[in-house]
Amino acid sequence: MKRSITRLLMAPSVIMLLVWMIIPLSMTIYFSTIRYNLLYPGQNNFVGWMNFEFFITDPGFIPAVSNTLILLLSVLIITVVLGVMLSALIDKPFFGQGIVRVLLISPFFIMPTVNALIWKNMMMNPVYGIFAWISESLGFEPIDWLSSYPLMSVIIMVSWQWLPFAILVFVTALQSQDTEQKEAAQMDGATGWHIFRYLTIPHLARPIAVVVMIETIFLLAVFAEIFVSTGGGPGYDSTNLAYLIYNQALLQYDVGVASAGGLFAVLLANIVAFFLIRAVGKNLTV
Amino acid sequence: MTLNQQRKLKTFLTGLFAWTVALVLFFPIFWMFITSFKTELQAISVPPSLFFEPTLDNFRIVQERSDYIHHAWNSVVTSFGSTIIALIIAIPAAYSMAFFPGKKTKDILLWMLSTKMLPAVGVLVPIYILCRDYGLLDSKTALVIIFTLMNLPIIVWMLFSYFKDLPKEILEAARMDGATPWDEVVKVVLPLSVGAISSTALLSIVLCWNEAFWSLNLTASDAAPLTAMIASYSSPEGLFWAKLSAASTLACAPIVIFGWFCQKQLVQGLTFGAVK
Amino acid sequence: MSYLAITELQKHYDNYHALRGINLSITEGEFVVFVGPSGCGKSTLLRTIAGLESSTGGTIELDGRDITELASSKRDLAMVFQSYALYPHMTVADNLSFALRLAKVSDAEIQEKVRSVSASLQLDALLERKPKELSGGQRQRVAIGRAIVRQPKVFLFDEPLSNLDAALRVQMRLELARLHKKLGTTMIYVTHDQVEAMTLADRVVILNAGQIEQVGTPLELYRQPNSRFVAEFIGTPKMNLIAANKLVRHEDSLAIDLLGQNIMFPVNRLKGPLPESVIVGIRPEHMTLVDQGGDISGRIELVEHLGSEAYAHIQLSSDQTIIVKAPARSELKDGQEVSINIDVSEVILFNESDRVISVIPEEA
Repeated sequence: MKRSITRLLMAPSVIMLLVWMIIPLSMTIYFSTIRYNLLYPGQNNFVGWMNFEFFITDPGFIPAVSNTLILLLSVLIITVVLGVMLSALIDKPFFGQGIVRVLLISPFFIMPTVNALIWKNMMMNPVYGIFAWISESLGFEPIDWLSSYPLMSVIIMVSWQWLPFAILVFVTALQSQDTEQKEAAQMDGATGWHIFRYLTIPHLARPIAVVVMIETIFLLAVFAEIFVSTGGGPGYDSTNLAYLIYNQALLQYDVGVASAGGLFAVLLANIVAFFLIRAVGKNLTV
Repeated sequence: MTLNQQRKLKTFLTGLFAWTVALVLFFPIFWMFITSFKTELQAISVPPSLFFEPTLDNFRIVQERSDYIHHAWNSVVTSFGSTIIALIIAIPAAYSMAFFPGKKTKDILLWMLSTKMLPAVGVLVPIYILCRDYGLLDSKTALVIIFTLMNLPIIVWMLFSYFKDLPKEILEAARMDGATPWDEVVKVVLPLSVGAISSTALLSIVLCWNEAFWSLNLTASDAAPLTAMIASYSSPEGLFWAKLSAASTLACAPIVIFGWFCQKQLVQGLTFGAVK
Repeated sequence: MSYLAITELQKHYDNYHALRGINLSITEGEFVVFVGPSGCGKSTLLRTIAGLESSTGGTIELDGRDITELASSKRDLAMVFQSYALYPHMTVADNLSFALRLAKVSDAEIQEKVRSVSASLQLDALLERKPKELSGGQRQRVAIGRAIVRQPKVFLFDEPLSNLDAALRVQMRLELARLHKKLGTTMIYVTHDQVEAMTLADRVVILNAGQIEQVGTPLELYRQPNSRFVAEFIGTPKMNLIAANKLVRHEDSLAIDLLGQNIMFPVNRLKGPLPESVIVGIRPEHMTLVDQGGDISGRIELVEHLGSEAYAHIQLSSDQTIIVKAPARSELKDGQEVSINIDVSEVILFNESDRVISVIPEEA
């Protein structure tokens, strides 16, 4: 087929994504250099780097950046490590496999706002929550999770959502592992651990890369869980970049500073993406 | 113990372990579901009550107070609408990239994926202002447009990887049989990818249904989908757990049940066919 | 006049020159087999004829019409693929009739054609099945049927038998030969299996590194290869090649020193200038084992008994191992010293650049 036709077929997708990327992004760049507060309209003069200065010197900036990265890394580690271990353990036929699969994947379909509400109220509430009841039954003081360990609470919620996804991907991948290879290793005297370490883990390299990439896309943008559960607090303890910028823009109406923050988030995402897409892109056959 | 007994024991332990993990992970959902049938008092009783007389009052109240049907309809319209539009745009692109790859194809695909890495907060302000200026705040139209663009890269990728796995020789056979490019797509490619296209659609619907960032920031009441409706339960009514649970159950049930039926395709879909 | 004429055909990939000027002329009704090692360009050549690959130079003419730039769908060729490439979502009947339906042939005619093709290929009982419910051999027949039903100008086969097991392959090979006899349509067949090439072809085209090495009937290629490549490619077990450095020219014969003993090669079978050294090619079936007094001698390393015959692997004094055909029930022992007689009339000589410098003797 002619090159021109193939281009024509791709054009709508490419153009729409280009527009989607360029127009808002250039507006963000423009806004980030002017004074622009929705509460004081009409005073939109050029201010240069001031918005960036404001954003970077905001007391929430450093915690937000570190929280974003801690959240990303913790959830990645939890879901990948637990996911690999659990999937390796249940990768054998057993009674009710189909039902277990269905139960396992369910949290992935729960919307983030509901996720946050369930955990905030029914699990982590210090008086009536299930966790409080468990610790009291065991004779411990109940913990007020959301105010004592806000970031960890968010990490638990998000991990709960993404662990099933990781398990399911890994279980699916393990089914394609060569059984003859495992049998050969057994004949060679390999123990279960050896097989896991030298055959299973290398086999999972590609699925792990895929899981890391997809989770990163979504984890950098965690918002609703924080919005609903901790509101970024107490203080800035569970504020991530997304939440900080939302705070600037729609709660303090400071579009200029929020735009500067937005650009910073784009920069951060690009740094992460640069390494990630490069690493994972090689793994995805095109 | 004989080897056979050892194997049986192993199977039993694996099953026990798997069931334990599954039940622990599922427990919060189960608890939400149970709580939605309790009275408010039963909902916060300590120790938690497992046996009680179920009531449907909460569901009635949720519908009355926050008009569940209205928000559910918004969710349906935005998820399905944007999915259909995205598919229409993505199928030709994925087809041409999979079957007529050029030197730039891989770069275009990676670029598309990288637009997914662009954090929504980075463009929140301009999108908000554009919506405000064009009167699209709190409108389903805005959500449909954004959801379409948001999922377009993933949909192109998924379809691309499915199409790429179609045996090329089948298309060549069609060409030798005298098929025009149009015949090829309509009579061979599409019938062969019904499964792929529907599982791509399923994934897109799930992602839209659960999307919270844009729906929280761009809608208030008229166009608010279920994610936004639930968020409104977060603070003021936070302690009315039974009603909260009923609302949550109603919000999640359609998509969870939907997901159960197609979980297998979803894995393939979400991993761009890289994991089978 | 040639039916399919290929002139100076070129195919460049980004950094790979797959076809380097192919010239070939095929007459109507011929069965031509392209054969060669993997990567030699045989499939590329077939696919370029089919229009599935575009050429980067040269022309293809079919039945007096230039089809070089024509789309595959308009070339009036049918192809059978290695993987069969049946449409998995269609029944056997729909697979067979797909091309006819695209060509808007009337329903009655389609039914008639599908019926007759399915009868001749014993597919009648399978018409309503989907490809995945068929065995390998049945799929193969559907793929062939799909090609026949269209009555194309030329059939193209791309290694069609390589996915079948050995017994079925032999059976299908016969069926293809019968089919060609019955239809009389021009067929071009790609394979890497020289047995298929030898048994099916009217003419064999041997390709090597994107060029045609030699074209000829199977027997010509066997008896008169024009290069060492063809000589080694055709025939199982392979032709034995022994290097000889000392040549002495007598009046009507050439004395070739083979490991210390001379064999006398008639000069009237030489062509071209005589080189410094030659490579002597002799097939296993053109040597005989004798107790003593043969042309060369060696020690038996291993004997392969095939039932109808045996092959003795013999180590020569130069440490080279050659293969000699022996009678089925010969009592040969490993380690035994043997002497070998060479049938000089079947010897082929190559020069240092691996081209042939001998001709076959005129049939008496």
